[in-house]
Amino acid sequence: MTLTNEKPAPKRPSSFWSYANPVKFLALSERVLPTLWVLAATSLVVGLVWGFFFTPDDFRQGSTVKIIYLHVPSAMMAINIWVMMLVTSLIWIIRRHHVSALAAKAAAPIGVVMTIIALVTGALWGQPMWGTWWAWDPRLTSFLILFLFYLGYIALWAAIEDPDTAADLTAVLCLVGSVFAVLSRYAVNFWNQGLHQGASLSLDKEENVADVFYFPLLVAIAGFVLLFLALVLYRTGTEIRLRRAKALLAREARS
Amino acid sequence: MKALLVRDLALALRAGGGFGLGLAFFLIVTVLVPLGVGPQAELLSRIAPGILWLGALLACLLSLDRLLALDWEDGTLDLLATSPLPLEAALSIKALAHWITTGLPLVLTAPVLAILLNLPGPGFFWLVLSLALGTPALSVIGTFGAALTVGVKRGGLLMSLLVLPLYVPTLIFGAEVARRGAVGMETQTPALMLAGITLGVIAVMPFASAAALRVNLR
Repeated sequence: MTLTNEKPAPKRPSSFWSYANPVKFLALSERVLPTLWVLAATSLVVGLVWGFFFTPDDFRQGSTVKIIYLHVPSAMMAINIWVMMLVTSLIWIIRRHHVSALAAKAAAPIGVVMTIIALVTGALWGQPMWGTWWAWDPRLTSFLILFLFYLGYIALWAAIEDPDTAADLTAVLCLVGSVFAVLSRYAVNFWNQGLHQGASLSLDKEENVADVFYFPLLVAIAGFVLLFLALVLYRTGTEIRLRRAKALLAREARS
Repeated sequence: MKALLVRDLALALRAGGGFGLGLAFFLIVTVLVPLGVGPQAELLSRIAPGILWLGALLACLLSLDRLLALDWEDGTLDLLATSPLPLEAALSIKALAHWITTGLPLVLTAPVLAILLNLPGPGFFWLVLSLALGTPALSVIGTFGAALTVGVKRGGLLMSLLVLPLYVPTLIFGAEVARRGAVGMETQTPALMLAGITLGVIAVMPFASAAALRVNLR
């Protein structure tokens, strides 16, 4: 498989699928990335600074509540990145676009880091609030299991030499893992009723946190999403180039 | 199909097949637990259902390595893939053979080991029932893990990393049935959930396993 000899993209520049061509993908991501980095940095700085320094302390939880500006966005991203990997894996299985498989590969380590951030900030928050670093609560437990799924996924990528075989097997693992992740979520819920508070954000406005906290939180979430987009585009580009370099080396070795 | 089942069973029973290994492992786990947590009868009887379930699960996991690896090495899997029998069916048979040689003995010996852990009287029936309902799912999910990692050299450790998270729902419901049964609580809900998981897994997982194996045989 050499990406350099890829057939030219079909003459339908309007189609979304034309970006499955690595050359086009790289060109686009290089054009978009600088803006994306700037946007991500600005919204992260604004969201976090606003959240940490310019919001009042919560009347019950004091200043510890401010950790939500890290905790909630990273927890959201940890789940959403897995969903994104599921979608890209499906695209790889169905349409066999290499960029899609590589995007899934590139996203997994980011997902692990997000899961770790969510777990660690949760522990830091939980210690003063619940008096314990860790509780076997459904949400916490299912996050730990999600973390294990990420680890397994990355380990499987690392263990297989042939890139297409690895992409196929990890895609199958991602599909099966998603089903079992949902199953585990319900199983864990059944197993133990915990002390985690309800969702901080939902479409139902009644349940949301108060407005003072809500707007900086939205900005912080936007920052995390943009940061993830920038990182995943960057890492996917790196993966494409790595693969190209490998193909070139292989060709050189043959001649 | 019958021939394949008979062959797999015969291979497992002969030397090198590792038929007794799972059982021996199960016994050792059960013996080590009181040594680790202390011999108080009261404490042991409280944790007995969970420990027995964990031991059975680990014993199952231990034997997964041999499920496909040997056939992969000598080329039997290539023959199976080209035979008229669908690969999904062949893998289901292999999972069944794995269950008969690993899961079934575990189910049958669990009550004996439960005596060692001082399991309360009414718990015995529920322990055996939950293991009988749950261990087939462990074999079938394990077959998927084995199919994923069959091409990887020394894939055993990787396989446990991949398979254990998939075992979570089965373990939760299985141990819950045994635990509730032991203290005389209502067991119908987790038992039905456990049966549902096993049936669903038997229905769907062979397709995923076969897909993974086909990629590896390519």
